[in-house]
Amino acid sequence: MSPMRSMSSVSPKGPTGPKSPTREVVLTLGPATARVRTRAVLTVATLALLAFAGLVASVSLGTFAVPVGDVLGVLFGGGPADARLIVLDLRLPRALTAVLAGLAFGLAGAVFQAVTRNPLASPDLIGISAGAGAGAVAAIMFGGVTAAGAATFGAVPFGALAGALVSAVLIYLLAYRGGTITGYRFVLVGIAVNGALAALTRWMLARADIDQAARAMTWLTGSLNGRGYDHVRWVGIALLLLVPLTLALVRPYQLLQFDDDTARSLGMPLARARIALLLLATCLAALATSAAGPVAFVALGAPHIARRLAGTAGIPLITSGLVGAALLVLADLAARLVLDPIELPVGIVTGAVGAPYLLLLLARANRAGRGG
Amino acid sequence: MALRSNPPAEPEAELPEPAAPRAGAALTGRGLRLGYGSRVVADELDLAITGGRVTALVGPNACGKSTALRALARLLKPTAGVVHLDGTDIQELPARALAQRLALLPQTPTAPDGITVRDLVARGRTPHQRWWRQWSREDELVVDAALAATGSAELAERSIDELSGGQRQRVWIAMALAQDTDVLLLDEPTTYLDLAHQVDVLELVVGRNRDRGTTVVMVLHELNLACRYADHLVAMRDGAVVAAGPPAEVVTPELVEDVFGLRATVIECPVAGTPLVIPEGGRRVGPTGG
Repeated sequence: MSPMRSMSSVSPKGPTGPKSPTREVVLTLGPATARVRTRAVLTVATLALLAFAGLVASVSLGTFAVPVGDVLGVLFGGGPADARLIVLDLRLPRALTAVLAGLAFGLAGAVFQAVTRNPLASPDLIGISAGAGAGAVAAIMFGGVTAAGAATFGAVPFGALAGALVSAVLIYLLAYRGGTITGYRFVLVGIAVNGALAALTRWMLARADIDQAARAMTWLTGSLNGRGYDHVRWVGIALLLLVPLTLALVRPYQLLQFDDDTARSLGMPLARARIALLLLATCLAALATSAAGPVAFVALGAPHIARRLAGTAGIPLITSGLVGAALLVLADLAARLVLDPIELPVGIVTGAVGAPYLLLLLARANRAGRGG
Repeated sequence: MALRSNPPAEPEAELPEPAAPRAGAALTGRGLRLGYGSRVVADELDLAITGGRVTALVGPNACGKSTALRALARLLKPTAGVVHLDGTDIQELPARALAQRLALLPQTPTAPDGITVRDLVARGRTPHQRWWRQWSREDELVVDAALAATGSAELAERSIDELSGGQRQRVWIAMALAQDTDVLLLDEPTTYLDLAHQVDVLELVVGRNRDRGTTVVMVLHELNLACRYADHLVAMRDGAVVAAGPPAEVVTPELVEDVFGLRATVIECPVAGTPLVIPEGGRRVGPTGG
């Protein structure tokens, strides 16, 4: 690494001097430049550490506690043999699935909210999760998932992914008008699709036998119980593709938070950018849901929390993803420990924390005239 | 990996040289049919915007003037006819290339919550940036110049949510100026402002035209201010151009009655010598778009 000097490019020029200066650094590499905000970088680093700490705690705590030192030892390739068994074979896949699915939920929520300019748009409210739910329940009932196979990687994630994508296609087709999809129509159509798919799921549950219904209900609440390396690979490989694509669209993502006319007069091919971002967010949400179930609140709440933390204009993308990752891994840890030895589905924890937050949010949105 | 830094910024030292006045680009619309869905707002509409001049589109509510402006900015695609920017069909220009030459300030723009004035103005540089070149020395200078030109420099670190209506409008104009285009379109830039701030905004925009030769087209409601600040008036009614030309030639009692359905006396403004419309009040005459 060659030495790096940085330039603090913005200093307020008012006579009062720096009140709350936006500290930022411009990095230069040949003709390439990037603007980086100090606070945003600190937030991202802190959240990444928090998510990692959550992962370590989640692997360390439980019926057989593994000392943190041993956990770190195992994670970096050493550690005692019994710790290796508990960490690598039993707990790590679940914690990793939580981190990855949380990341996907957070990114998806940020994109949905930014692109629709609606603070309540999230996959749990606009039909994506309901589609995944219908698909998963169908897989449980008709996909030959046996009680023994329920905990392994089987038809359920595929069913959930297919269900989410089918419902997304339905929403796009119904919301598409005049060459593009407006955020408002997308949300309204999504809510309608959400209702229809929830009804379909209930109809299937009413016909299910009691074992299938119990398994379906657990899945529908959102649970990370019994996740293995199949799930980690499933989510991880897809994220390797989806995250870079999403980050590549960060500039359109930022401009879409302006009104349409302003975004377009700044040179944004609006219709294409919006559809591309909505498709990516749909894939991210569908993927996360297929691995963790329709966990409540993470996609909805992560962008709001991220915005408070980062102090930037609009919704910070990467920060939202990391908040989602930290939220889900910590909520799953709580779900395992709160009523130990009874293990709660993680969706109950996120729902219990998220519902009051959502009410607060609705009250504020109504005051600002955006809640409808 | 060789990371090196830009030279340190010297705040007060250098603002960009006042660019040599460019002959602002001309905009023409020919045979335009404009509408939303099946509703046709204007048909067979011809518009000629002279380069380097200030043009005001005036007319009663719903006469199609904002729609015409949106067509000039390519925000609305005509179902017939063509808009040329200095002879090039604007439909053939890539979005970024058009945005480098033509800026539009919508009537009620919205920005992400909590954005600071400087960040908002910096967004005006978007069409000049690439994902691998997010910020250049030139961006910095142009943004500083736009903040200075609009008297917004001391607001730079404030959130736009905290600003008054007049301040906020100046900041939005600063963003459009930072886009550094030959053509600047403004949709009712003075709406919701008191008279002093209306004058303020118009002087700012006209000053840009005088300094840089930027072609300015704005939709204005206030006929007297349009007469005062525009070189060229385009009066519209029911989606058609009724009269076009310098205010002193165009604005007559007959035109005001014809376009606005308002009986009025037109005198010479004692300050600027431009036409001054004095409404006579009383019964509205003639059918006009409401």
